[in-house]
Amino acid sequence: MELVLALAIGILGGSGVWLLMRPRTFQLIIGLSLLSYAVNLFIFSMGRFPVGAAPILEPGGKGDPASFADPLPQSLVLTAIVIGFATTALFLVVMLAARGFTGGDHVDGRPPR
Amino acid sequence: MNGWQQHLAILPIALPLILGAIMVALDEHRWRLKAAMGLASILAMLAAAAALAVQAHAGGAASLQVYRLGNWPASFGIVLMVDRLSALLLLVTALLGLAALLYALAHWQRMGAHFHALLQFQLMGLNGAFLTGDLFNLFVFFEVLLAASYGLALHGSGVARVKAGLHYISMNLAASLLFLIGVSMIYGVAGTLNMADLAARLPRMPAADRPLLEAGAAILGVAFLVKAAMWPLGFWLMPTYAAASPPAAAIFSMMSKVGVYAVLRLVLLLFGPETGESAGFGNTWLMAGGVVTIVFGAISVLGTQDLPRLAGGCVLISSGTLLAAVGAGQIAVTGGALFYLTSSALAIGALFLLIELLDRGRDLGADVLAVTLEAFGDGDDEEEQQGDDGIGVPIPMTMAALATCFLCCALVLAGLPPLSGFIAKFAMLDGILNPAGLGKGPALVTPGGWALLIALILSGFATLLAMTRAGIRNLWADLDRAVPRVGAVEIAPVLLLIFVCIGMTVAAGPVMRYMQATAASLHTPQDYVRQVVGRPR
Repeated sequence: MELVLALAIGILGGSGVWLLMRPRTFQLIIGLSLLSYAVNLFIFSMGRFPVGAAPILEPGGKGDPASFADPLPQSLVLTAIVIGFATTALFLVVMLAARGFTGGDHVDGRPPR
Repeated sequence: MNGWQQHLAILPIALPLILGAIMVALDEHRWRLKAAMGLASILAMLAAAAALAVQAHAGGAASLQVYRLGNWPASFGIVLMVDRLSALLLLVTALLGLAALLYALAHWQRMGAHFHALLQFQLMGLNGAFLTGDLFNLFVFFEVLLAASYGLALHGSGVARVKAGLHYISMNLAASLLFLIGVSMIYGVAGTLNMADLAARLPRMPAADRPLLEAGAAILGVAFLVKAAMWPLGFWLMPTYAAASPPAAAIFSMMSKVGVYAVLRLVLLLFGPETGESAGFGNTWLMAGGVVTIVFGAISVLGTQDLPRLAGGCVLISSGTLLAAVGAGQIAVTGGALFYLTSSALAIGALFLLIELLDRGRDLGADVLAVTLEAFGDGDDEEEQQGDDGIGVPIPMTMAALATCFLCCALVLAGLPPLSGFIAKFAMLDGILNPAGLGKGPALVTPGGWALLIALILSGFATLLAMTRAGIRNLWADLDRAVPRVGAVEIAPVLLLIFVCIGMTVAAGPVMRYMQATAASLHTPQDYVRQVVGRPR
């Protein structure tokens, strides 16, 4: 489980950074989105994830508090998702405006000759 | 402290939030109402910040007001805390906000949608970042102020703004992701995000966890340094600030100080001298990065013909100076740096507002012509042939007023006597040369200290050269230019900011005592920690 999560974060993050370096705005926004997914998974993993354990209560008992996942990072992820969503939407508007002004989708307005 | 005074700390966040939300719903035709609401909000913020500063300063050495939202104990609930530093920065923010709003009343408020609402949200984010006591809320307030700043940076639209905005937004979105990684790493290791609780737990942290915590802190630091525009993270700053509308740029001069504030607060809280093995973590990097930023800023101001970019270069120099001063890690230097922060933020804000007034009388081709003149060394002959026509021409009153304001800004930013910039730089240099105080013990100046000292003096010289050149070109050389039409409401905010700088010079004694007390309490965070963590109700 840890390996799967680590690979997912790594692949998402790596692809995100690669796309962030690309010259087109579309690649940029997809890169930022992938990076934010990687970061969200990373925050989530900081709360530990016990595999195969009951969320809170076990059948017929209280459950062991030591095996609970920490709920705080999960709430942090929620906040981060909401904020990330809003800023991505805003960025999209700016990109469309830039497309309208410069007539191209290069991050510097026009590709270098 | 009881009754309404107890709730004063939440006012700088709640008021702009509520008023900003109402303004969004109001129609654009109601701009008079919006302006009145914005003005009332900022004046209330100014009064609240002043009251908080007086409270904080009257409270003695370890004065700190902890405001527990929902009255939960600190490690579970959200806390706001007001100490001298927060109160000071709230005050500066409110002053710059007032200046930006007044200036925008002339015509900028109607150049695009929702200026007043965005300004309120920007102020809310700034105030929140200065007040909050935990890292995640710092992130939230950073996002609030950034989201508002994206809107303000694009206010008025146009190709230059949108192109610069694209770089600015992508840079800051990436930095926000680094912020999140840093915050979550610190939480994963330490189990808390409350800054004071973190500082309390840090000395007892097992050695095996330290590298992870330090890595988290370093990643977090990179996010702050992007905001503070440390070289090589700050290339976005000059195009964005130069392209932004003047009122937005004026408030942005405070925004780059938020990164400096976060670095200052966290470095001294988490990695101060009494935090065990991690003490002094990052100081060398801050010092080196700060000095390089000063050099980069100095080269930028010398290399540009364009007034807005010149002001952007001044922001870089100011950021670099502050970061290097934090890296020096001495109480006296920090005190001087706080004085510098205040006076340079106000002067840069005034300069951004002033630039548009100066540019107003110029024809569009003038800048291109100026560059060509400089590049080909042409134009000298022509001027000589014109002879003495220029002598005896009176300078119009408006130009004289603008020139005086420009001169004051130049004096503050270059750090020349008699204005506040000189006192600030003098205090920092004094702190570097006499770590123990004048005449007490041998002066042991570190290599970093020498580098900062040289960089400070040279950057002041570079600023002076650049500002003089810009002043001559804009105010003296072009005698038959049209005199700009300047409204009273446009020159008033510039005068306000400059008068505050002059006030800081006249009242330098009390102001400096406040700054030194702030620095002293920042360098001894134990009281701070005790008050936030150890006072459950």
